[in-house]
Amino acid sequence: MRWIWIDRFVEFHPKVSATAIKNVSLAEEHLHDHWEDFPVMPVSLMIEGMAQTAGILVGQARDFAEKVILAKITKAEVHELVLPGDQISYRAELDTITDQAASTHGTVFKNDKLIGRIDLMFSHIDQNLAGVEFPEENFVFTGQFFRLLAGLVEVPPRPETSQPRRPEAPGR
Amino acid sequence: MPMTQDQVFEKVKETMVEALGVDEEEVTPESTLTGDLGAESIDFLDIVFRLEKSFEIKIPPGDLFPDNILNNPEFVADGKVTASGLASLKESMPHVDFSEFDDDPDVNKLPELFKVQTIVSYLLSKVS
Repeated sequence: MRWIWIDRFVEFHPKVSATAIKNVSLAEEHLHDHWEDFPVMPVSLMIEGMAQTAGILVGQARDFAEKVILAKITKAEVHELVLPGDQISYRAELDTITDQAASTHGTVFKNDKLIGRIDLMFSHIDQNLAGVEFPEENFVFTGQFFRLLAGLVEVPPRPETSQPRRPEAPGR
Repeated sequence: MPMTQDQVFEKVKETMVEALGVDEEEVTPESTLTGDLGAESIDFLDIVFRLEKSFEIKIPPGDLFPDNILNNPEFVADGKVTASGLASLKESMPHVDFSEFDDDPDVNKLPELFKVQTIVSYLLSKVS
């Protein structure tokens, strides 16, 4: 399983807002792991879905030069259960962004009905006040996130995609 | 018309309640942000963001809270803020009361200097 909790961006306005959707399927293991006899979408993973939507919005605002890490769940309220067959929309708005951090305001919809609010803060971890150093490679924004933005915004070239990868021989 | 101390305090209290999830009664002028109200490092940025919106002002990095003083070897030695570090802090942050910190400038005690009143004093100097 890949750690990706949004299926597609349906709108992306750089430095302003973005909306991503997720279709919830009964085939997903995590629905059954939450409450075995009553499969629902865990709210914790809806927070992650919003974090990915808003985090990409924040990252794109600085051309993905920063490593954007979820630092604070300022507010998280979801008032209705999300069940298999439902479609979730995460709408994130960029409130504030500085060299060190960003804050976002988010609203959650189930089949176009407003069901919650998730406000987050992100840290640009290379700018941390403690002076801790992190690897140079941007390990936050990887290929799977960039692919979500295809056709919506330009993404900077990355070393691993600048040259076509040669298929490995079978059995290796 | 300039805001009064009480008006500023009420707005700061509102900010603390929203940013830190504390009850209104917990927020007094003498409450320390980290010790009494449980603020962590990211909360300091959250507070700055909210104050900027609430008071419609710009708070430059390092103006209200220390910026990168702990990363400067000239300002910190053996876990203590040096004399030059202390002088720099006092100059850049006149709204902070350093009188107790002077006796034991342990860097771990630096966050305790920041009380609700510290923020109120800073904002009064900005909005007056």
